Amino acid sequence: MPSLREELGKVLAELGREYKDVTVITGDLGKSTGASAFEAFPERYFNLGISEQDMMGTAAGLASAGKIPIVNTYAVFLSGRAWEQIRNTVGRDRLNVKMVATHAGISPCADGSSHQCFEDIAIMRCIPGLTLVLPADVSEMKHAMRAAVETAGPFYIRLPRGEIPRIFHDEDGFQIGRARRMSDGGDVAIVAAGFLIPEAVKAEALLRKDGIRATLLDMHTIKPADTQTIVEVARQTGGIVTAEDHNILGGLGSTVAEIVCRDSPVPVEMIGIRDRFGESGELRELMEIYGLTARHIYNAAERVMKLKERS
Amino acid sequence: MKHRPQDPAWGERDRLVLCKGHAAPALYATLAHAGYFDCEALVSLRKTGSMLQGHPTRQTPGVDISTGSLGQGLSIANGMALAGRLDGKTYRVYALMGDGECDEGQVWEAAMTANHLGLSNITAIIDRNGVQSDDATENVKKKEPLDRKWHSFGWQVLEIDGHNFMQIHHSFDVAEWTTDRPTIIIARTVKGKGLSFLEGDANSHNATFSEEDLEWAMEELRYS
Repeated sequence: MPSLREELGKVLAELGREYKDVTVITGDLGKSTGASAFEAFPERYFNLGISEQDMMGTAAGLASAGKIPIVNTYAVFLSGRAWEQIRNTVGRDRLNVKMVATHAGISPCADGSSHQCFEDIAIMRCIPGLTLVLPADVSEMKHAMRAAVETAGPFYIRLPRGEIPRIFHDEDGFQIGRARRMSDGGDVAIVAAGFLIPEAVKAEALLRKDGIRATLLDMHTIKPADTQTIVEVARQTGGIVTAEDHNILGGLGSTVAEIVCRDSPVPVEMIGIRDRFGESGELRELMEIYGLTARHIYNAAERVMKLKERS
Repeated sequence: MKHRPQDPAWGERDRLVLCKGHAAPALYATLAHAGYFDCEALVSLRKTGSMLQGHPTRQTPGVDISTGSLGQGLSIANGMALAGRLDGKTYRVYALMGDGECDEGQVWEAAMTANHLGLSNITAIIDRNGVQSDDATENVKKKEPLDRKWHSFGWQVLEIDGHNFMQIHHSFDVAEWTTDRPTIIIARTVKGKGLSFLEGDANSHNATFSEEDLEWAMEELRYS
C-alpha cells in the first residue's frame, strides 16, 4: 500500500522540477510528512522551525513577489495556529499560497487528541476565495497538488498520515470542483471524501449485496462545492449519508446539507466525529469507537431510507 | 526608497510593509504626495467604496500587501526579501512596526527567521513612541531593553531620534551598507509631535479632531 510520506515527497519533487517558482515551507516536520524530499532543491526549501504563523506570513510574502509557496505541516497546527494569518493575509489578498496539511482527522491515532484535527474543514471553508480539497488517494493527491500549483489563489489540501489504498488511476479524470460519481443507484446516496472513501466504497458494496442501490459520490472538493451534482443526486435518491473524519459540525456533511436544504431538501445522515475530541489508540479501533466504518455508513443508509419513507 | 509612482508594479522596486497598519492615513498621504494617486482622493478615507480603506489594502496604488493585524508584517517582509534573493533582485524591503506590536510572538519568530537566513535586505523600523492602545508600553508588557532583545536575536540595532530626518537618512544608509545581518532602527518618537495640545499625551493615540483643533493644528504645523 502506498505510503503517503513517500508519495507526497515524490509529488513535491516532481512539481519542484517542473515549476521553478515553487518553494516549500515546513515547520520542522518535513521528515515526518515527506516534504523534506524537496531538499533536492535546497535554495527553495525552508524549514522555518516550529513557527506556523511565521511560516504562513513568509509564504504570503513569497507569494506576493511571484513565488508559489507550498506550506506543509500537520493539519491541526497549519489550520489552527496560523488561521488568522490565513484569513487576514493570505485570504484577503487571495495570495498564491498552497497549504498542504497532512496528519488530518483520525489518522494520527496514537498521538492522541492534541494532534487529531477534526475542525480544519470547518474553519477553512469559511475563508472567501479559498479552494479546499480532500484527496481520497495518491492519485487524487497528485492531481490536486498539480491543480493547486497551476491555479491562482489560496488552496488547502487535506491529507491523512500513513498508508492509503489506491482507489483511482491517474487517468481517471480529476477536476477541481467536480464531484466524482463512483456508482449509480436511486435508493440512497453516500457522499464522502478523503480518508473515508475506502469505507464508503465498502459500504456501497454491502448495500448492493442486500439489494440496495446507492449512488456513491466522491466530493473531493469541499469548496467550491459541486452544487449541481449534489442537488441532482439529492433529487435522484431522496436521501443522503455523508461521511468524513471530521466533526459533523461544519464539515462535508454541513456543506451538503446547506446545499440541499434550499434546492432539494432531503434527509441527511452525517457520519463523522460527533463533536468531541479524539484520543490515543489503534487506528481501526478508533474508527470503530468513533463510528467511521463501512458498517456505520451502511446503518446510516438504512436510517436515511426509513426517513425517506416517512417524508 | 527605490520606487516608481507611475509604475507601481516595477519589479526592482523597494517594498514597504506597513506592519502597523493603523497608520494607514500617514501612508496614504505619503503615497498621494509621491504621485501614486490624486491628493483629492484623500478625503474619501474609510468611506464606503473608497480605495483608501481603514487599514492598508492592495486596492490602493503603491500598497504591496494588505495589513492591519499586528505582528504579521515582519514575516511577510521576510518572504518578500527571500523572493528577491531567489530571483537575484536588488530590492530592499522596509518593515515599519509599532512598539506595542512587539508584544506579538510572531514578531520574534520572524526576527529569528531573518537572522537565521541572513536577510540583510530587510530594514525594520520600530516607531518607539512608548504608548499602545490602553496604556504606556511599559505598563502593559515591558519591552525594555528593546535594543538588547533585537541585538540578541542577531540584528544590527540603530537607535535614533525618529523626528530627525538626518538621523533617519543616515540610519537607512547604514542598513544598506550592512550585508551580513538584518537591521532594525528603533526610532524614538513622541506621539502628536509638533502639536502642543497633543504632544506626549497618551490619550492622543485614539483621539479625534474637532474643526477647531484642526485649524489650530494646521497653524502650528505651518510655523514649525
